[in-house]
Amino acid sequence: MLVIIVYAIGDGSIEIFSFEGLEFFTSTDWNAVYGRDAFGALPYIIGTLVTAAIAMTIGVPVSIGIAVFLSDIAPAKLSTPLSFVIELLAAVPSIVYGLWALFVFRFWIVGLIERPLYNAFGGSIPFFAKTPFGLDVFTAGIVLAIMIIPIISSISRELLKAVPDTQREAAYSLGATRWETLRIAVFPYVKSGLFGAAFLGLGRAVGETILVTMVIGNAVGISAIPTSLFSQSQTLSSVIANEFNEAASSLHLSALIGLGAVLFILTMAINIGGQLLVSRIVKISPGVKE
Amino acid sequence: MEETKLDKANLRYQLQSTMEQKSSRKRKINKVVTAFCIFCVGLAIVPLGSILFEVIKNGVPALSIEFLTQRPGSMISGRGGIGPAIQGTLITVGIASIIAAPIGILAGIYLAEFAGNSPYPHAIRFFSDVLTGLPSIVLGIVGYIVVVLTIGSFSVWAGSFVLSIIMIPIVVRVTEESLKVVPNSVREAGYSLGIPKWKIVLHITLKTAFSGVLTGIVLGISRIAGETAPLIMTILGTSLFFTGFNEPVDALPLRIWRLASQPYESAHSQGWGAALVLIFMVLLFSVTLRFLAMRKGFKVKAAI
Repeated sequence: MLVIIVYAIGDGSIEIFSFEGLEFFTSTDWNAVYGRDAFGALPYIIGTLVTAAIAMTIGVPVSIGIAVFLSDIAPAKLSTPLSFVIELLAAVPSIVYGLWALFVFRFWIVGLIERPLYNAFGGSIPFFAKTPFGLDVFTAGIVLAIMIIPIISSISRELLKAVPDTQREAAYSLGATRWETLRIAVFPYVKSGLFGAAFLGLGRAVGETILVTMVIGNAVGISAIPTSLFSQSQTLSSVIANEFNEAASSLHLSALIGLGAVLFILTMAINIGGQLLVSRIVKISPGVKE
Repeated sequence: MEETKLDKANLRYQLQSTMEQKSSRKRKINKVVTAFCIFCVGLAIVPLGSILFEVIKNGVPALSIEFLTQRPGSMISGRGGIGPAIQGTLITVGIASIIAAPIGILAGIYLAEFAGNSPYPHAIRFFSDVLTGLPSIVLGIVGYIVVVLTIGSFSVWAGSFVLSIIMIPIVVRVTEESLKVVPNSVREAGYSLGIPKWKIVLHITLKTAFSGVLTGIVLGISRIAGETAPLIMTILGTSLFFTGFNEPVDALPLRIWRLASQPYESAHSQGWGAALVLIFMVLLFSVTLRFLAMRKGFKVKAAI
């Protein structure tokens, strides 16, 4: 199956790689007009990385907080229905997230976070420059964070539960508080697993398409390189979704498939890294239990 | 003599007070961390509440018999419905699950019952996990190249092909997990009666793990029913009812996407209506799965 995928994508993107060569990765020009064809993927690669980074900065701490609450703090009566609710979040299709983000959440973000930040720092710090109206990398990053939280937190909860209780009891018996127990006895135990969970979430955030397409503002070419938190951008996957059906020339189509190839390699690397980290902890844990 | 005693007392006092200070700081940090964790849970629940609330609030007014059965009318008038989209989703997802369920179950059975300790199962498991993590839009491109370009038309087949690729790894993993929790004594009982292995798998283990396997299928279906991105380049979307397997069809997620990108208020309200229908279908699947899972005491691993 994987062979078919690699072959199909490789075959489809040969045309663009022979046309642009390595400039495909470094050029910022994106023009599909015949005769002025130029396809540079750099802005979209940056856009993808920036949104994913925002999503991770917000999503990972929150997810781990949730996992800790569910595994160590909440009584069983509360944690079972709560984990059910959080897994419901995972069952909501991303298109519905997109719809909600576009018509509801965007205005919360603009009103509650972006405007105050812009008014306070917009003039002085370029990071917060540009008048915000909600269709930007910041919104996309936050909605992505909301989307990956259920994934990361449910894996982290499983991992925390796999830590043997003797480990916790040893720390408690030394008079450690709950936080100290977590810090000295639990987290070191599952560190690589938590990294792996975060990696899997990252893979999801990098590949998510439709949600990002709806809220990122869809800039093209050089203007898609985000200069501030509130600028429009475009990710690898959203370009593909936006332009695939309008691709006029086979070169344009091939360029989009080339973007798909970049995305494929990126997510493959992230996922394999994540799998290796998660499976290491699962393999280690029974041994330590003895 | 007196002084040293006093010194000792003093020292003890100081030690005690620093320890008390430390432990009060410890407790404070502990409280802050606990509060942070509770805050995080709140942060996750607010979006879910808001999504459900908005979808119901904006979606219910759009619902009508006409909306559920008619073809889309002109965007501005707000007439017409999402009939073709519902039909298209049912057909595409139906075919995809007919393809994916047997393959996924068989692969799961192989991994759990027949594979043993050879290196193949490890490789298969690893690749199916990686396959789960691939962005659906990349799979959409594959579907476009492999099926659409071969047939020469955007088609139901292409959509079902891609959706089944997304669904297979999910079914494989859940089937394998649920077969593995079947206690060995059940299998041994079968062996002791001299039943051949394939019969044991088919009639004993698979039956014991039935609800788990079913869960995997339902989980896969609810996942692919909400996929949008790969459908853009495979079934394309249309405003017509189903005309043939080699022709484009519509699907609910695609219809929502198109409606949301329209500048008209009426289109948006239809989009909310379609989202309500979709979410209702998916949640219905998920809730059924929970009940099945609870009844058999089988724990579903979170879908990754």
